[in-house]
Amino acid sequence: MPHIDLPHGLPGISAGFAFRPETAKPMRDLAHILLHEPSSLTPGERELIATYVSSLNDCYFCQTSHGAAAACHLGGGEIVQQIKSDFQSAPVSAKLKALLAIAGKVQQGGKHVTAADVAAAKSLGATDIEIHDTVLIAAAFCMYNRYVDGLDTVQPRGEGMYAQMGEHLAREGYRTPSTRPPNAG
Amino acid sequence: MPHIALPEGLQGIRSAMAFRPETAGPLNQLAEILLHAPNSLAPGERELIATYVSYLNDCYFCQTVHGAIASAHLNDDEELVRRVKADFQHADISPKLKALLVIASKVQKGGKHVTSDDVAAARALGATDVEIHDTVLIAAAFCMYNRYVDGLATWQPQEEALYRERGKKTAREGYVTMSQEYLPQK
Repeated sequence: MPHIDLPHGLPGISAGFAFRPETAKPMRDLAHILLHEPSSLTPGERELIATYVSSLNDCYFCQTSHGAAAACHLGGGEIVQQIKSDFQSAPVSAKLKALLAIAGKVQQGGKHVTAADVAAAKSLGATDIEIHDTVLIAAAFCMYNRYVDGLDTVQPRGEGMYAQMGEHLAREGYRTPSTRPPNAG
Repeated sequence: MPHIALPEGLQGIRSAMAFRPETAGPLNQLAEILLHAPNSLAPGERELIATYVSYLNDCYFCQTVHGAIASAHLNDDEELVRRVKADFQHADISPKLKALLVIASKVQKGGKHVTSDDVAAARALGATDVEIHDTVLIAAAFCMYNRYVDGLATWQPQEEALYRERGKKTAREGYVTMSQEYLPQK
């Protein structure tokens, strides 16, 4: 049961957003810009970074919903599992592996990122804005994950609901709700 | 030296925000609502939560700036801010705020560390659901801001006096207005 009286029938972060629409707006906008708007990193790559950090933070709702969005962008869920279990052997670019290494350091704490981590990513073609966005995506998911688990939101198990959410997120982005309250028609 | 080519002459999060004004917008709006907009928790109390979490995350820039803003809201009581960081249970703050700081420190470790007992204790001391929500989100948001500031290795001059005047101004004007100082103007 959630720690506070969140609206019923909404999973994960949707309940926090419905409870406090004032803070939901900038949180949605931030996710939309970082994950959905045009960028030299593809939406699939950025969703993999979000999924990986959420998996390190052990947040079921975020890793499953963003994993579903990544799978939708990338045409299948197998790569998502590979990224979570061992990204170094996953079939993704060397540049994305270097960015995932930076994201993993940010998850531990900002000071863990070394000049060598950043130099490695740059030598594989990462631009300053890609490095910036990787750091901020990882940092932002250290917020979203804590928000979702810190309120003890309802996080249904099973992939069904998340596949639908993932499709919505991949198609529409983050500015509109990806779930509807029960009886909303 | 910062990990990427951030604008020179700007400290901490300001340099990162000026580098990427698109994300700076929602980052400042979130801080404005959580810390500056009207709320049943006083701005000084909310800034103490932000300062404490930034201290736990060992982010010099954030704990110093928000410590200065907290102090500006609290009759310039810099000693109180230091006490909250060192040992908030013995600081001169309300039992309710102490219970909220306990929740914030759990969130800093990870969301699952917050227990029903932590929340029940805060509620027994008068905390409302919105106050508990905002405490969780302030703590979570500073786990983002702190990582953003340190993860890019931003320039953070180690001199408290530099942050004092800006703290007073931010306490008065809020985050969105202050961002006009360093964001490119449209």
